[in-house]
Amino acid sequence: MKSKQFILILLSLSLFIACKNDQKATTETNTETETKTEVATATKTDGQGQSGVAQGDGEDANVLQVAMTYKDKEGNMPFSTLVAAVKAAGVEDALVNAGPLTVFAPVNSAFAKIQDTVDELLKPENKEALANVLIHHVAPSNFPIKKLKKEAKKGRKLYMASGKSVTVENKDGKIFVGGTEILMSVKVSNGWIHVVGDVLVPTDK
Amino acid sequence: MKTFIKSIFLFALSAVFMVSCAPSEKKGSKSNKGALAGNAAEKVYVAPGELDSHYAFISGGFSGQLAVYGLPSGRLFRVIPVFSQDPEKGYGYSEETKPMLMTSHGFVPWGDSHHPDISQTEGSVDGRWIFINENNTPRIARISLKTFETEEIIEIPNSAGNHSSSFVTENSEYVVAGTRFSVPFPQRDMSIKDMKGNFSGALSFLKIDPESGEMNIAFQIKMPGFNYDLSHPGRGKSHGWFFFSTYNTEEANSLLENNASRNDKDFIAAINWKKIEEYVANGGGKKVPANYAHNTWDDNSHTATSVMKKEVLVVEPKDVPGAIFFLPTAKSPHGCDVDPTGEYIIGNGKLAAAMTVHSFTKLQKAIADKAFDGDAYGIPIIKFEAVNYGSVEPGAGLGPLHTEFDTRGNAYTTFFISSEVVKWNVKDLKVLDRHKVYYSVGHLMIPGGNSRTPDDKYLVAMNKITKDRYLPTGPEVCQSAQLFDISGEKMELLLDFPTIGEPHYAAGISADKIMGKDGKKTTKIYKLDENTHPYAVKSEAETKVVRKGNEVHISMSMIRSHFSPDNIEGVKVGDKVFFHVTNLEQDYDVPHGISMIGANTSELLIMPGRTTTFTWEPKQIGVWPFYCTDFCSALHQEMQGYIRVSPKGSDIPISFTLDGDIPGAEEE
Repeated sequence: MKSKQFILILLSLSLFIACKNDQKATTETNTETETKTEVATATKTDGQGQSGVAQGDGEDANVLQVAMTYKDKEGNMPFSTLVAAVKAAGVEDALVNAGPLTVFAPVNSAFAKIQDTVDELLKPENKEALANVLIHHVAPSNFPIKKLKKEAKKGRKLYMASGKSVTVENKDGKIFVGGTEILMSVKVSNGWIHVVGDVLVPTDK
Repeated sequence: MKTFIKSIFLFALSAVFMVSCAPSEKKGSKSNKGALAGNAAEKVYVAPGELDSHYAFISGGFSGQLAVYGLPSGRLFRVIPVFSQDPEKGYGYSEETKPMLMTSHGFVPWGDSHHPDISQTEGSVDGRWIFINENNTPRIARISLKTFETEEIIEIPNSAGNHSSSFVTENSEYVVAGTRFSVPFPQRDMSIKDMKGNFSGALSFLKIDPESGEMNIAFQIKMPGFNYDLSHPGRGKSHGWFFFSTYNTEEANSLLENNASRNDKDFIAAINWKKIEEYVANGGGKKVPANYAHNTWDDNSHTATSVMKKEVLVVEPKDVPGAIFFLPTAKSPHGCDVDPTGEYIIGNGKLAAAMTVHSFTKLQKAIADKAFDGDAYGIPIIKFEAVNYGSVEPGAGLGPLHTEFDTRGNAYTTFFISSEVVKWNVKDLKVLDRHKVYYSVGHLMIPGGNSRTPDDKYLVAMNKITKDRYLPTGPEVCQSAQLFDISGEKMELLLDFPTIGEPHYAAGISADKIMGKDGKKTTKIYKLDENTHPYAVKSEAETKVVRKGNEVHISMSMIRSHFSPDNIEGVKVGDKVFFHVTNLEQDYDVPHGISMIGANTSELLIMPGRTTTFTWEPKQIGVWPFYCTDFCSALHQEMQGYIRVSPKGSDIPISFTLDGDIPGAEEE
């Protein structure tokens, strides 16, 4: 019980601290932004997996820490649905491990576009299917924009953790993965986050 | 036949029962059924994910290193390389760390580490640094307890066998060194049999910089040519004094086993260092030529520097009257320990059955009264009765070696020959408890033991011999530590755990003093923007390969999960290739390693933000791989690269790429 309260306090602390930093991350299209989101430190893992390990002084934040604390200019949390889905699917630990990972992170409005499907996937009995959709947004290895441009030029597909692939296209300098545009990019300690406006649905193609 | 053996065994067992029936303790041979009957297992159980309450830094002895354990679990966390090369960490192999092992005798890859001691503030261990001495090539090292890395090693000139070291005064003013093997001072070519009266034993006082911790030899006292074995500082009322045990006051130069044991009493040398400090501050002492290495590590350049120092200040005892006295002490004393109040100085005569307890108050009076019993080489010998508080007659105890203390007025002494720890009251000198150890215990450690404020919970006994205590591993078996709970009236044996090398002494401290209450005190990463290494790269765009004559310098980066560059051509047989490798990670616990086939050196294990260098002199043409040696990430197995080696005289120019392009080149 105590530890749960502790986590809550930590979380709220981290949100509070993160506010300072939201100016650092710009929302310009295709801008690679380095962000150092500070999260309060604790020394214990509170019985969780690796996602319970807090970020230390001077250390860069990982995928999950950024997704949980990032705020846009209006002060909104654009990844709250994604984070909720990650927690519902129980894949938090996969986003904090050594990686390297490249995560295509759909904003809340992306999930809203397919609200019925999302509602269905959030049901406990669909946990596995939800996990499969989520890991279809994760490419093992580092793919900064520069690297994605190269992949597009060479006509390579991106292999995702779901076992399926997505296309990479360069349309007049704008990068599209799986048909959706990368809106912004954030370097994180264990790889990259590219923000997208659509949920990537695994297909057999 | 089998039954016969069994019955012999049973008989032997029952004999053990009869012999070992210690008061109040039910013991079944050495299987410690008592531990199960009680709650010993519970007391040492640190559940998965939980942290130990104390750090124990246990000397690695002839491994030359220092091992970091947790108490009460006995779990080994880290072996800190100090005086010996460590290929696992690249220590003493990388270009940056090689200078740490330089001495006046050149590069020495091994050392014999002995007595760790933690820095103190106002009489309590403060967790800033830990010092440890080296016996063979006399040296003292200082290790940072932020990074758990060796930051400094200083050689001790005019000295041999630095054994009575590296103990620290109660405000970390000084750390001391002493000479176990007296030698000509300065060294000269002379007959060994002329030793008596012609050798000396230097006692060195090294000033510790209160901010950086850096050590410098403030003065060396040129003492008579005895063997200076161990030492401890005064504290509280006796702060300002230091006490060194001596043996071989016979000054025998051969078969010391017999010839150094002829005198009934040897001495504890009592040194009023404050008086000598004052004498030196007023221009006393004489600067004499010397030659000794002073090696320091810098966490920004990630590089060690070795400087040879050419002078040392020497103080002759006769020039500082009233500063040095000899206290007669039975017989060939080994440990020389001072209780937390600073009043009692205990000499453990390893060949005597008794411990000699001297009184600091009596010492002051004896000096005032000039209660002397002649002198040795001009140094006054205090009359035994005038300084002695009493003796502990521990009965069957034989071979007392070392004593530590709790805050309740009790002392704990190890007995090598009778393999036991004896608890006794310092004031009334009565034995309170005794406990067998397995076997032949040398040192013991109570966290904060060398301070005014020891911790009353744990005692670690360090044993030289283990015989049948662990699964056998051929002729060589481990030495060991045994953890006792000393919080009650009786000592309770909780746990055995093996140690590396020989556990000469240890130092312990509560974990929060090192971690900080919030866990933030220790270093987690090195900040890349503070890296001043001349070959550091801050991004992949800065990585490059440059030829300078037959030297090829690769400024390489590593990050999950690739090297940059990872394809290099233009290297030729006969070149000397320098891999200057920077770990670009800024994330805790993400080191990368690197090794190259054919490199005549160890791997490098590089912490986040650090730059480290190894060299490779290719002897064969071909295409040769290098790779990451530490499982760093999901794509660790992909973290590799190739170097093309062309024949000597080839005109292939240097080129380097990552995925077909010059690293960092913009791709539009």
